[in-house]
Amino acid sequence: MYEFDWSSIPGSLPFLWQGMMISLGITIVAVAAGIAWGTVLAVMRLSPSRPISLFATLYVSLFRSVPLVMVLLWFFLIVPSLLRDVLRLSHATDLRLASAMVGFSLFEAAYYSEIMRAGIQSVSKGQSSAALALGMTPLQAMWHVVLPQAFRNMVPLLLTQAIILFQDTSLVYVSALADFFGAAYKVGDRDGRLVEMLLFAGAVYFVLCSAASWGVRVLRRRVLA
Amino acid sequence: MISLRNVHKSYGHVQVLNGCSAEIRKGEVIVVCGPSGSGKSTLIKCINGLEPIDRGEIVVEGVSVGARGTDLPKLRARVGMVFQHFELFPHMTVMDNLTLAQVKVLGRGADQARQKAGALLDRVGLREHAAKHPGQLSGGQQQRVAIARALALDPVCMLFDEPTSALDPEMINEVLDVMTALARDGMTMVVVTHEMGFARKVANRVVFMDQGCIVEQAPSAEFFAAPKSERAQQFLSKVLEH
Repeated sequence: MYEFDWSSIPGSLPFLWQGMMISLGITIVAVAAGIAWGTVLAVMRLSPSRPISLFATLYVSLFRSVPLVMVLLWFFLIVPSLLRDVLRLSHATDLRLASAMVGFSLFEAAYYSEIMRAGIQSVSKGQSSAALALGMTPLQAMWHVVLPQAFRNMVPLLLTQAIILFQDTSLVYVSALADFFGAAYKVGDRDGRLVEMLLFAGAVYFVLCSAASWGVRVLRRRVLA
Repeated sequence: MISLRNVHKSYGHVQVLNGCSAEIRKGEVIVVCGPSGSGKSTLIKCINGLEPIDRGEIVVEGVSVGARGTDLPKLRARVGMVFQHFELFPHMTVMDNLTLAQVKVLGRGADQARQKAGALLDRVGLREHAAKHPGQLSGGQQQRVAIARALALDPVCMLFDEPTSALDPEMINEVLDVMTALARDGMTMVVVTHEMGFARKVANRVVFMDQGCIVEQAPSAEFFAAPKSERAQQFLSKVLEH
């Protein structure tokens, strides 16, 4: 019978906390940048210009057709050397966090763009007609009239996607970056208490994400009401 | 001020406008009527370029709507439009609905825009609702706000696309009253409507459409007293029976 030994946890809490900050940091940056770039992609995709919409379509289907972990690996391998060349940084500078943020942002933008596209299409055509009839350009109509409503309609979906993203940040373990999951793994490995640490980490993810999902459900009810 | 010359438009195989021509002079109030599906709404949406046309020409104040190089936003800012379903912006207050285009399109200062908006809300009797959102207003109130929103840009003419069709009966008159006052002030108006009482009282001329064609245009007194075409006679007997 396996004997559980949870004694590694209390001493490693500060280290785990640092890891949680990295996980949350990546999530926040990727959600913000992903929604911004995803919205641009959604608008491009609905553009009457063929090359512009084709670019957005290709971008979205490319990122949706490859595994996230592979995208992250590319970015760990490519972005650091690229940034070092461009910014003339020393090899000692740790760019793993930056490349994780870039990789997640570009990847998530593909998913956010699909959500925003649905959001834009959920706003009635009469709204943009009214904006155009007032003399706004198509971009002004999009920015002042359609996007605010699209965004509001899609808040629950955008947040749900953010929760998934938060879980996916654990994939940065491929770069040995100590996010929350990576930190828990390291501690467990060091103390020979991997089972306990991974159970603990799983419980933390479970509590945080189900609390957030519950929050989204409450919000959705209020948005629909 | 507005001339339509041999305007054609089709959606795929369906011919919605089939050679429509009309002249609208400054200060005239024109009512466009006809059975549903006759192309009335499409016709007025072509006037400000919301619907492109396939053939023919539409000229508004000397500017050809469909021509290459026409600054459509600039033209539309001078042509007010009121929609069947109001299309107020639900995420903004009534005041912001009225100031948005003034600031973003005409480049007016915020204070000037608010002043203009306030005066127009007075005119449609809704000053005290300025801080509300459109969802808090009745249909009739929303449509009056929509009229004020269009007027805020000082348009040279106004297009109305079935402005009372989505309203409960008891709210129709408050909107028609605003439109009647506007007509009395000399605004050039093109109104698609089934309100024959309004047409009879306010319109200078009636344009009767059927199956994408302008079948008849006549001064309104003449049209209601003795419609020339058989189709107009049939239409009138149906709408006036009750």
